[in-house]
Amino acid sequence: MDTMRDRFAPVMARLLDEDPRVAVVLAEIGKDAFKEVMRTHPDRVINVGIREQLLVGAGAGLALAGLRPVVHTFASFLVERPFEQIKLDFGHQGMGGVLVSAGASFDWPEGGFTHMAPGDVALLDTLDGWTVHVPGHPDEAETLLRHAVAAGDDTVYVRLSTQANAAPMPVDGARFLTVREGRGGVVVAVGPVLDQVLAATEGMDVTVLYATTVRPFDAEGLRRAVGGGVAADVVLVEPYLAGTSTAAANDALVDVPHRVLGLGVGRAELRRYGRVDEHVRAHGLDAGSLRGRIGGFLLPQPRPLP
Amino acid sequence: MTTTTEQTFTYADLPRLMGLMTGDEKHGPAATSTLDALWVLYDRVLRVTPARADDPGRDRFLLSKGHGPMAYYAVLAAKGFLPVDWLEGFGSYASPLGHHPDRVLVPGAEIGSGSLGHGLPLAVGTALGLRARGLTDPRVWVLVGDAELDEGSNHEAIAYAGPAGLERLHTLVIDNASASFARPGGIAARFEAAGWSAITVDGRDHEALYAAYTAPHPGRPHVVVARVEPK
Repeated sequence: MDTMRDRFAPVMARLLDEDPRVAVVLAEIGKDAFKEVMRTHPDRVINVGIREQLLVGAGAGLALAGLRPVVHTFASFLVERPFEQIKLDFGHQGMGGVLVSAGASFDWPEGGFTHMAPGDVALLDTLDGWTVHVPGHPDEAETLLRHAVAAGDDTVYVRLSTQANAAPMPVDGARFLTVREGRGGVVVAVGPVLDQVLAATEGMDVTVLYATTVRPFDAEGLRRAVGGGVAADVVLVEPYLAGTSTAAANDALVDVPHRVLGLGVGRAELRRYGRVDEHVRAHGLDAGSLRGRIGGFLLPQPRPLP
Repeated sequence: MTTTTEQTFTYADLPRLMGLMTGDEKHGPAATSTLDALWVLYDRVLRVTPARADDPGRDRFLLSKGHGPMAYYAVLAAKGFLPVDWLEGFGSYASPLGHHPDRVLVPGAEIGSGSLGHGLPLAVGTALGLRARGLTDPRVWVLVGDAELDEGSNHEAIAYAGPAGLERLHTLVIDNASASFARPGGIAARFEAAGWSAITVDGRDHEALYAAYTAPHPGRPHVVVARVEPK
């Protein structure tokens, strides 16, 4: 299977053809895939070199000039290194744009911690107004990239990963999808963790929601799912920092006594290289570990709603 | 706003306008370091007026060094971008005029600033964006301070803009020798090393400023280093 990132340049090539407002800004990373497009749109595909503050600042400057910038590099260099540029050059200036990252939490474990960004979504969560898409399949990535670019002057983050589910889902860029229905709790699987979550909850009486747009958080979707069960117990399984959406889930259920378990990538640095599946296991996100953690939270004390 | 657009202000009015903000018509060199450079730019060079504030073809001026914006507000008021009666509330809760400008609140301000090192990258993007839209006429100006050039983000922008040949991009450096670590001539030399056209002038000499602002620089971005009294 190709990766989400393999779809990025072809999708952008079509969007550049379709919409004269669209521009792509790169900082060396990913430029080979844009070689052709750079020839057809030399003024709207811009590589600024290995300069991430300029990458984001110039992206916002393009918006000041009336364009719709799509800014791309690894998540760590896109969100973490130039974070103040995101906060001020887009947020404070009131400019719109799309940030598209690659690398995710640990897509390249051999590369070590410098190329891991489990905290990207949590960081953006400190800012107002960002839409966050976390596709779980290359087809979904294509759909969500199109949604992101078409979203007026919104600020949108699209988190691409090499981790993916086997089959795409019909995502709409807003709502959680109900994948499985049960009464013993609700498990929200975000993006690429869906296959592991479905395997982990096989045979359990739980509802599984699939989320690829996590900001804004589909509070209504979660409330509806919780309403169909016997207890307002929610497990969030996120492919980035554990607990990133716990507050959003709590806010969604503010008028219902509830419990929330936030699973995801651990905060502690592993200082390990190796393979993606080894890191998935180390963070307890493989099907076996998830089954124990989800079951341990949901099963021992099924309580009636008050 | 009608009161300002109907009135004509000159350079001689600027101390009084600044006085509405500071409570004193006498200002030290720090408060006026940008005053002459800004006045000549707005009075004789920039093709932008309040009526053209949304015109895609206008020249852009980005104040990157947002600290000490009294001279900037005074020039914007003198040129009719904002009402003179706004000046007295400077810095208060109800005023749109803060100690760092906010583009959302200040008519005529292309960017908000305060955190140093943001204006030049934004100006690079603006120049790229205008070119991509086929708007080859408007010029982009950004004002930075000499100490602001300590920020590495500026050097990302300077090193890129020269080789990229962004000839519509102009940087105005107000040099009041406020950087703690600097070498004589270092500012122009760094721009020149990146392929910029560079002129250093007396930042109080209006004719010299005008000549530097309008000097041709085909195929290259242009920097004017305006030297004023040391801070």
